[in-house]
Amino acid sequence: MLTVPVEIQILFAGILFFLGLIGLLVRRNMIFMLMSIEIMFNSAGLVFIIAGTHWHQPDGQVMFIFILAVTAVEVAIALALILQVYHHFKTLDSDAINNLKDSN
Amino acid sequence: MDVFFYIAAVVAIISTIMAISGRNAIHSLLFLILSLLAISVIFYLLSAPFIAALEVIIYAGAIMVLFIFVTMMLNIGLEREAEKKWLKPRMWILPSVLAAVLLINLIMAIKSLPQITAGTGAIQPKQVGISLFSTYLLGVEIAAILLMAGVIGAYHLGSQKKKVKHRFLEIK
Repeated sequence: MLTVPVEIQILFAGILFFLGLIGLLVRRNMIFMLMSIEIMFNSAGLVFIIAGTHWHQPDGQVMFIFILAVTAVEVAIALALILQVYHHFKTLDSDAINNLKDSN
Repeated sequence: MDVFFYIAAVVAIISTIMAISGRNAIHSLLFLILSLLAISVIFYLLSAPFIAALEVIIYAGAIMVLFIFVTMMLNIGLEREAEKKWLKPRMWILPSVLAAVLLINLIMAIKSLPQITAGTGAIQPKQVGISLFSTYLLGVEIAAILLMAGVIGAYHLGSQKKKVKHRFLEIK
C-alpha cells in the first residue's frame, strides 16, 4: 500500500502540469505545442486518479476514461489541422500563420 | 512501495523536461512515451491497475503512435530556422518564472488543505465498470457521440481537396 502523502502526489501532478504549461508558452512548433497540451491533460487525469484513490471511490477512474476519450478526439482533430496547415504554409511555425492579422 | 513512487516520479519529470526542451520532434515524442510509461507505473501504485493498462495501450500505444506517424509524414526531424531563432535560453526565463509562481501558489493551496482521512484498499475494475455503466451512462453515450464527431471531423479535415480557384482570384 502506498503511503506517500497525498500532498506530495498532487504536487507531482502539479509539476507535470506546469512543465506542460511552460512548454506551451515557449515552443513555437505546433507539434510541440500539442505535446505540451497532452502533458497537461495527462496530469489533470492524474489528479483525478489520486483523488479517486484517496477517497476510495471509482469516480476518479471513470473521469480518467472520459478524459482519455476527449484527448483521443482532440489529438485526431488537431493532427488533421496540423497536416492542413503544413500543406498550406509549408511550415509548422505558429507565428507564420497570421493570415487573419490586419496587414496595415 | 514508496520508493517506487519517487523513482517513477523523478523519471516522469526528467523525461517530460527532455520532451518539452528537445529540438528533434521524434526524440521528444519518445521521451514523452517514457514519461507516460512512468505515469502508468504511478497509476499502478495508486491501486488503479485498469487505468495503468489503459494508459499504456491508449496513450502510449495509440495516441503517441498517431503523433509519430504524422511527424514522420511531415518529415520534420529537425526544427526549422524560425524556431532556432526563438529557442534561446533567454526565452525560457519569463514563462518559467510565471509558471513557477503559479506552482508556488498551488503548493500554498495544498498546504492549507484540512487533514482528511483516506480510505484503504484497492478499487477493483469491476467497481469502475459498474459505476461507468450505471451512474455515468449518459456520459458514456455523449463520449460515443464525441468520438463519432471526431472521426467525421478528422476525415473531412484530413482529406486533400483539389483547390479550385476562380481565374481572377489566382495569385500571380
